[in-house]
Formats: sequence, C-alpha cells, structure tokens
Amino acid sequence: MPMLTYAQALNEALREEMQADGRVFLMGEDIGLHGGVFRVTKDLINEFGPERVRDTPISEAGFVGLGIGSALAGMRPVVELLFMDFALVAADQIVNQAAKLRYMSGGTLSVPIVIRAQQGGGRGNGAQHSQSFESWFAQVPGLITIAPSTPADAKGLLKSAIRAGNPVMFIEHKLLYNTKGEVPVGEHVVPIGKADVKRIGRDITIVSYSRTLLFALEAAEQLSQKGIEAEVLDLRTIEPLDMDTILESIRGTARLLIVHEAHTNCGLGAEIIARVVEQAPDALVTPARRLGAKHVPIPVAESLEDAVLPQVSDIVQIVEEMM
Amino acid sequence: MPLSPDRLPDAYRQMLIIRKFEEAIRDLYQKGKIRGSFHPCVGQEATAVGGCWALRTEDYLTCTYRGHGHAIAKGLSVRAAMAEMLGKSTGCSKGKGGSMHFTDPSVGLLGANAIVAAGVPHAVGAALAAQLQKQDRVGLTFFGEGAVNQGVFFETLNLAVIWKLPVIFVCENNRYSEMTPSHETTSTVETYKRGGSFGMPAQVVDGNDVESMYSAVEEAAQRARSGAGPTYIEATTYRLWGHMMGDPEIYRTKEEVAQAREVEPIVRLGQRLNQLGSSAADLAALEAEAQAIIDDAVQFAENSPAPQPGEAFTDVFA
Repeated sequence: MPMLTYAQALNEALREEMQADGRVFLMGEDIGLHGGVFRVTKDLINEFGPERVRDTPISEAGFVGLGIGSALAGMRPVVELLFMDFALVAADQIVNQAAKLRYMSGGTLSVPIVIRAQQGGGRGNGAQHSQSFESWFAQVPGLITIAPSTPADAKGLLKSAIRAGNPVMFIEHKLLYNTKGEVPVGEHVVPIGKADVKRIGRDITIVSYSRTLLFALEAAEQLSQKGIEAEVLDLRTIEPLDMDTILESIRGTARLLIVHEAHTNCGLGAEIIARVVEQAPDALVTPARRLGAKHVPIPVAESLEDAVLPQVSDIVQIVEEMM
Repeated sequence: MPLSPDRLPDAYRQMLIIRKFEEAIRDLYQKGKIRGSFHPCVGQEATAVGGCWALRTEDYLTCTYRGHGHAIAKGLSVRAAMAEMLGKSTGCSKGKGGSMHFTDPSVGLLGANAIVAAGVPHAVGAALAAQLQKQDRVGLTFFGEGAVNQGVFFETLNLAVIWKLPVIFVCENNRYSEMTPSHETTSTVETYKRGGSFGMPAQVVDGNDVESMYSAVEEAAQRARSGAGPTYIEATTYRLWGHMMGDPEIYRTKEEVAQAREVEPIVRLGQRLNQLGSSAADLAALEAEAQAIIDDAVQFAENSPAPQPGEAFTDVFA
C-alpha cells in the first residue's frame, strides 16, 4: 500500500470523487492555481479546470451560501474554508441554512454539501486561527461532523462525506497534513459513524480523535512501559457519535478518559461522560475524566500554547492518577 | 416581451388569490388557529405575479418570509400553502416549516427564508448549478430593501457578477425595514445604485404595476439565459398591512396608508382591465373565482389531519 500524507490522501479522495461524479465541484480561497494553502487541492485545477475548481473571493458567507444553493439544485459542492475559525462568518449559512433546509421543507429539499476546514493549534497561529469547533457543530441537528486522524481515514471518510447526500462538516487538522500513513489505492470508503479501535488494552479506555488521537497513542506507548495497558479509540465521526464502541470498550476496561483539543468546557468529553452515566452507570470503577484545552483563548508563544493545549504528558499523568 | 393583455384577467385573479390568502390567514390567526409569525404581503402582489410569471416553472426562486405571494405565483399549491399555515400534515412542508418556509422544488421554489438576505445566495448558487450543468435555467431571488445592509447580500452580488451567473435580483422596496423607515437606516436607500455599483445592469421599476414588473423580469431572464449575467431590479411598492400581526404601525400615518391604497396593484390592474373593456361584472366574476379557491383551500386545510408526533423525527437527513 502506498504511503501518503494526510493532505495527499484528501487530494486523492477529491480527485477520485470528481472523476466518478460530474456533480462534484470545489470552491474555496486559493484552491485553484495555488492548490490550497495546505496543498489539499494541488493540481486538481489542471485536471478539472477552473469551472470545477473555483477560486473564490474572501467571502465565506457568500460562497458557502452559493454552495448550498448549488446543492439544492443537484450539485455536490465541496467547499473549503481556509481556517475553521472562518466558519463563524458563515455560521448563518451553516447552522440556520444547510442544517435546516431539508427539515423545514418537509424533506423535499436536500443539501448534499461538504464543508472542509482545518482547525486546531500547536503552530502559533493565535486565537483566531487555532480553535476547535466540533462540539458546536455536534450541537446542531442536521449536520454530520467528521474528524479523521489518519491519512487512510481522511481519504475514506471524505469519499463517504461527498456521497452522504447531507451537510457534512469535515474537520481536518493543520498539523496532520504532513503526517504519513498507508492509504489504499482507489475505492476505499470508511463508514460515517463508526469509531476505530486503534490499540487494545485492558486497563483504561482513552477516547480521542483528530490530532490528539496521535497523542493518545503516544501516551499509551509510554504507559505500556509502566505496565498500564490503554485501549485507544479513534471516534473518527463526532456526530453521529458511536456510543456502542465506547460502551463495549469500557465494559472491558472500566476506566474512561476522553481527550480532545477543543476546550474542555461543554466539550465532547462532557457529552460522552453524560451518556456513559445514563447508559452504563455501573461500568466504571473510577470516575471518568476528560482532557481538553484550558478555558482561555489559544495564545501564540510556544510556552503559552503548550500550557493551554493538551499534551502527551498530561494524558500520561491523568491515566496514572486514575489507576 | 410584455405580458400579453390576454393574460391580464388571469393575473388579476392570481393577485386576488394572494390577497385573499392573506386575508383568510388573518382571520384564522385571530381565531387562534395559526401558530407563530405571519408577515403579510398585502399590497405587494404585483411584484410576485409579474416577477414569477416572467419565469419558467423550472427556473429557481428563493424568497422572503413575506413570501406567500411569491410562492403561490411560482406555482405552489394554494391548498398545500394553507395547510402548512395551519400546521397540517398535508402542508407543503408537512407542518415543519410554516409561514416563513414555503418550499416546493417541483415548481423551482427553493424556499422562503426567515433570516433576512440568507436566501439570496441560494438562488445564486442554484444559478451556478444551472451554469455548471449547461442548462438554461435562471434563478430569481426576492428580498426587501431591509436586506441590503446584510453582509451576505453584498457578498452574493459580487459572486454573481464575477461568475456571470444567470440570476435576477429583485428588491421589493416597500419603504419599511420591519418597523423602521428604511431611509433612516440605509445610506443609499435607492438600492438599485448598490446593485449597479457591482457592475451589473440595475434599474427601478414600478412594482405596483404587474405589466412593468413582468417586462423587467422577462428581459432580465432573457439576458441571463443568453449568458450575459445577472440583473438587479428594484421594484417600488408599499406594504399595506403591518410588518406582522400585532404591529401597531406607529411609524406611519393613516393618511399615508390611505393614499397608498389608491395606487395599490389590484386597484391599478382593475382600472387597466376596465380600460381594456372588462366590465365591473367581469372583475367581480374573477374575484368570486379567487374567493372560491381560497375557501376550498381553507376547508381542505381545516379538514386535514395534524402530523403524527413521530413525524417530528423524520426528514432531518436524506
């Protein structure tokens, strides 16, 4: 199997879907000749032309809105936001429009749009270029929210997202684009709504996704050397949430830690713990914990950003506290 | 091409259907049979009928929460519209959308919208789809002059012009943005100047004259189909009723409204038909036909079942 970067895997998914389906087209800032700031759309304009790989003005509400309109009229737009932070200037179109038009029309309309963006910190991009919004999107009925952590899942889930026939928030991470992994050639589809058990362990379940999934795996390696065997789940899809896989895992490990880069406050960790309390109140031998960003805006200086965002060492420390 | 005089009696009846639709809703609202908001389009029937009749059924339309007239003129079933107002399972959205979200893609209606200016990019996006699919469909979006201070309005005008999209922007300037006179809140209340500043043809038309409205949109649609890009039309009109039920209308005088009633579109078209030879009895017959359609729709809606509670959980995803 070829080794590809996360960005190359996404590029392959876009190319294959555009080859297979004439309704698929791309819109976004600098995605044409420039190939996207993170090179995800590299060279696609050469194969598909400027009609299907459309450079937009810096006008997120406008071009997300046009994407929605084109989806209503039978197209399959994939719209790129340069940074997920910019989703907020298109928030009405995403939350009030894309997520609700099908429902409000009694099912007579469909909005098959994929909105892609990278999010997260770790790169010193500051408070308006480093946020993580998945729990906001997960709060909105009518949106599917996906956040792959590996190149293979990035490809397989983007293909599924484009075919989903529904509005999808497809969350990438700026520090995953250059990570490498084996990616199946050609048709490779990963189902939406299915978590992946990345590592089997008996002592604790660590649930994560996107970049912090890699942190969780690294922490699990260190913990293993200390005799603690962590099971690591990659959610891959945020909404719909795969509770079955989480519950199955904690019935074996009886301990649960959720790790995400989004702020801890009202984050996905809170939701998962609440559901565990409701659905498996006796499953845990020690209270579940969550680890996310501390409740301040994301700072720039490395020493400050590291203090705010979850680190591998934080995961190791919390797990040891839970034993 | 102008609207053929042969079709004027039909246009008169269509405008009366819309007027009586709103009157019937007011009655039902006052009887407590309608939930939520109701933003009547009384006085603005000519923009709806003139504008929509200049389009083809397969052309795309988005409109505003004051959009009952637009939807009916584009071809939405009056029965389905009335049932939607009453929250019935036979409504155009099965009771899930209500007054502000009339939708029927089978006649090109991609939805009224409850967020001011938010539906504007959807018509333009549908026009982009038509361009990509190499179809000669066009999009039209109705919005009020209250929408022209929204950011997404400007963003969408720009996109339509740079991509030469087959779309028609129709601003219904009824002089009030909700409960505030628009000239108090808008730097250039002649909104066609804003449209024109983006580099597309922009004009003002008498929005209370169904024939002027039809001609302007018909020409813009031809232009769009020929590949020449978007057009901006500002249709001057007047909202004869309040912004919504319960609006005390303290922002205008009774005299102003009385004056506007003398030049409202149904009165105007009645006079025109008289000039063309229709008798008072002819017009009364058209009015009776319109009333019968509304009476039937009310009866249909009242006799329709409420949606089953389980229906609340369908149609979230395709």
